[in-house]
Amino acid sequence: MSEALLSVRDLSVEFTTYGRTQPVLRGVNLDVPARSHVALVGESGSGKTVTMKSIMGLLHMPPASISSGTIVYDGRDLLTMSRRERLKLTGTDMSMVFQDPMSSLNPVFTIADQMSTILKYADKRLGRSRSGRERMQRVLEVLAQVRMREPERVARSYPIMLSGGMRQRVLIAMALLSEPRLLIADEPGTALDVTTQAQILKLLKDLVEERGLALLMITHNLGVVRETSDYVYVMHKGVVVEEAPTADLFAAPKVDYTRSLIDAVPRLTGARPTLSVEAAP
Amino acid sequence: MNARQSPLLEIVDLAKTFPVYNAFGSRAGEVTAVDHVSFSIRRGGVYGLAGESGSGKSTIARLIMGLLTPTGGDILLAGSNITGTLGTRAHSRQVQMVFQNPGSSLNPRRTIGQSIAVPLEAHNHPRADRRRRISELLDMVQLPASFAERYPHELSGGQKQRVAIARALAVAPQLVVLDEPTSALDVSVQAKVIDLLTSLGRQLDLTYLFISHDLSLMRNFADEVGVLYRGRIVESGPTAKVFEHPEHDYTRLLIASVPVISAEEEALRPEIPLIDGEIPTAEKLLALRESQRTTEVPKRT
Repeated sequence: MSEALLSVRDLSVEFTTYGRTQPVLRGVNLDVPARSHVALVGESGSGKTVTMKSIMGLLHMPPASISSGTIVYDGRDLLTMSRRERLKLTGTDMSMVFQDPMSSLNPVFTIADQMSTILKYADKRLGRSRSGRERMQRVLEVLAQVRMREPERVARSYPIMLSGGMRQRVLIAMALLSEPRLLIADEPGTALDVTTQAQILKLLKDLVEERGLALLMITHNLGVVRETSDYVYVMHKGVVVEEAPTADLFAAPKVDYTRSLIDAVPRLTGARPTLSVEAAP
Repeated sequence: MNARQSPLLEIVDLAKTFPVYNAFGSRAGEVTAVDHVSFSIRRGGVYGLAGESGSGKSTIARLIMGLLTPTGGDILLAGSNITGTLGTRAHSRQVQMVFQNPGSSLNPRRTIGQSIAVPLEAHNHPRADRRRRISELLDMVQLPASFAERYPHELSGGQKQRVAIARALAVAPQLVVLDEPTSALDVSVQAKVIDLLTSLGRQLDLTYLFISHDLSLMRNFADEVGVLYRGRIVESGPTAKVFEHPEHDYTRLLIASVPVISAEEEALRPEIPLIDGEIPTAEKLLALRESQRTTEVPKRT
């Protein structure tokens, strides 16, 4: 495989609570080449969020511990570099779009306050600095990039003054602030209505294409996978059970679990989904 | 078996407005949550109410359950007007509800058996028979009788939702209101819960009002649908017809927005004109159509 921007190899994570150790990820391998759109799909408890958190360095350790593996970003292992070095990458060159637009924004600060604070700290970690005015300019720039009609008004707003769709756009704008090359999106749009979700997915797709970003999309929705990614990893019980180009996976899933997962999805055509999933009782 | 066409539930011109107060506590106006809605569900049928947040679908469920009092209109159950009896015991014997989130609709301090016993007690089910009835209900939702001794936290999401269904069926209601019954569950679990609801419906001759924002699921479960937009039903009819030939622009937008997993489904999604290179919001699309209709401008490509 050609040089990937992000490459996870043999990642195993376990959680220890009350003296009991439970494996949560078992030998996960995953590649995100530059400019590619990769999806990581799984049901609750499959380990997709833990994988994302391990990549972004958001795992609470303890109770979690990484028992083996490497996470190589742009040729360097994130797990062996110093915390300082890692912070130069996470949140800047690799950034994250969070799931819940209601709880990911601070209700008592304006959008502009929150965004310029993020930018200030990102700059600081990278040893750069810019004036408040320059920061504000950048904030308005990214708000326009996420197709906000009136960036100035949005910047002055408190989260409560914005709709769910607009808040999700703000979260995307935040992730774009420091011009990342890799965007990790955790279930974007799941908290939104379908029509708004469709808008957000199209926006994400347009953005990553326009700006040549790599996108790692974490989701439980197979429809979203098919609509946004060209390569997909299926996780089940902490293991990647199948990986394939998205079109191939839907056309001919090789693993029973993937097949049963696809079969369980209700279809818009009304074709009865079959019920043979061995997953949960 | 479902040949009887007489409606079990008829909703006639139902309306609900909520007062809005300003910061000083005086009345500043009102919002119309349900705007003269009418529909009926035939006995043994599954009627789907589709709509996005704020469309009024949950308000309609609450009105039917008697948790809210309608501002206008009538609710007829099996031909008799129940608007006056809403919220009474006679009413709750006929109409029951399964809530969205099984994690919060079961009391964590009660065992499953105690939770299912609540409606039995309220409806004076003979004390001596309660234990038997609880195991019978658990068996109906395909859970072992031993679950009666367990607490909600020991159960998975799908199991909890089965308990919620058993509790709703305890008083043998005719109509069950399902408010997003599977939206908190994984797809594989969802498929099983829907399958269970379908077979229970047939077995017990239940009538369902199914409220959901998941259109693919609605296509599979409901035999008739009504599409709600801002408190009004903008389109209704047999499910297959509405999905294959949606007439209202809002219905078309809703269907076009569903992420799908096959080419056959993609072919079903109507074309929606992009406005400024973006998928339009419902308001924008409807406004555009309105202006096209009034000025008769030829369709832009």
